[in-house]
Amino acid sequence: MLTLYGKTFSSRLLIGTALYPSPAIMQEAIRASGAQIATVALRRETAGGKSGNNFWSLIRELEVAVLPNTAGCRSVREAVTTAQMARELFGTSWIKLEVIADDETLQPDVVGLVEAANILVKDGFEVFPYTTEDLGVAQRLVDAGCRVVMPWAAPIGSARGLINRDALKLMRARLPDITLVVDAGLGAPSHAADAMELGYDAVLLNTAVAKAADPVNMASAFKLGVESGRIAYEAGLMGARDFASPSTPVIGTPFWHAVS
Amino acid sequence: MQLIVNGERRDIAAAHVDALLRELEFEGTHFVVAVNYEVVQRARWGETALKDGDEVEILTPRQGG
Repeated sequence: MLTLYGKTFSSRLLIGTALYPSPAIMQEAIRASGAQIATVALRRETAGGKSGNNFWSLIRELEVAVLPNTAGCRSVREAVTTAQMARELFGTSWIKLEVIADDETLQPDVVGLVEAANILVKDGFEVFPYTTEDLGVAQRLVDAGCRVVMPWAAPIGSARGLINRDALKLMRARLPDITLVVDAGLGAPSHAADAMELGYDAVLLNTAVAKAADPVNMASAFKLGVESGRIAYEAGLMGARDFASPSTPVIGTPFWHAVS
Repeated sequence: MQLIVNGERRDIAAAHVDALLRELEFEGTHFVVAVNYEVVQRARWGETALKDGDEVEILTPRQGG
């Protein structure tokens, strides 16, 4: 079971709600993914409250836990206020904390992230920080009171998979008691399996499913990738070797070292 | 008075948050309001006075990742 701030889930896949070809496909894909947690954003209302209501009713029908985000926030002040507005709107203390340093790379502003995490934890939030694979930053987030840390695999929407696998492996080893979720940069179910095989507790993704030619089937594929990776981790992967090691026993090999 | 509502400068007659939402013809229930970066809880919409130059944000749930 996956435990996030005291709540348990059988699925280890968290899924985003953006970029799908249609609302119906969004719903079908999220159902196919088996995800029990969906991320949502807050945006300025432009249509008298109606557009937000329509989207919200679609999410409610899915009966998933909601993880609001502070996507697009460029400063600590924006992120903190957005988190407080999310708590008021969604009635949850969970917040996926994003403080973005750069609009093009969507790289987290790790200094602002730690500062905002400190403020929000003190304000009673359960913070899910979106960060880089930097262990020092992750440690600062833990020191701030985050029990979940969400390092990226690669930049958001890049589909590149685990570009710094060694650093993610190190973070897993050094933060054994922290729930670690790979967030962003996954493109294929094998990437999700890779993260899970490293011992990550869960993965969070959006674009790889939403932008697939067939989002519903891709959601199923990611569901299986996450499950496969988790089972493999629990089963204990063998260590890699530089050279060959025979899988068939050599004792009793016929015609071997024939004696004249 | 003039308020900045969701980034746009607007002439507003309403003196309180709940009246502002009526004036802007907001329907439905799923939005949240902040005035000058302070969240205004729904129960306080009626008593929260607005003044000239206030920055009001009205946010709603949207697709996100």
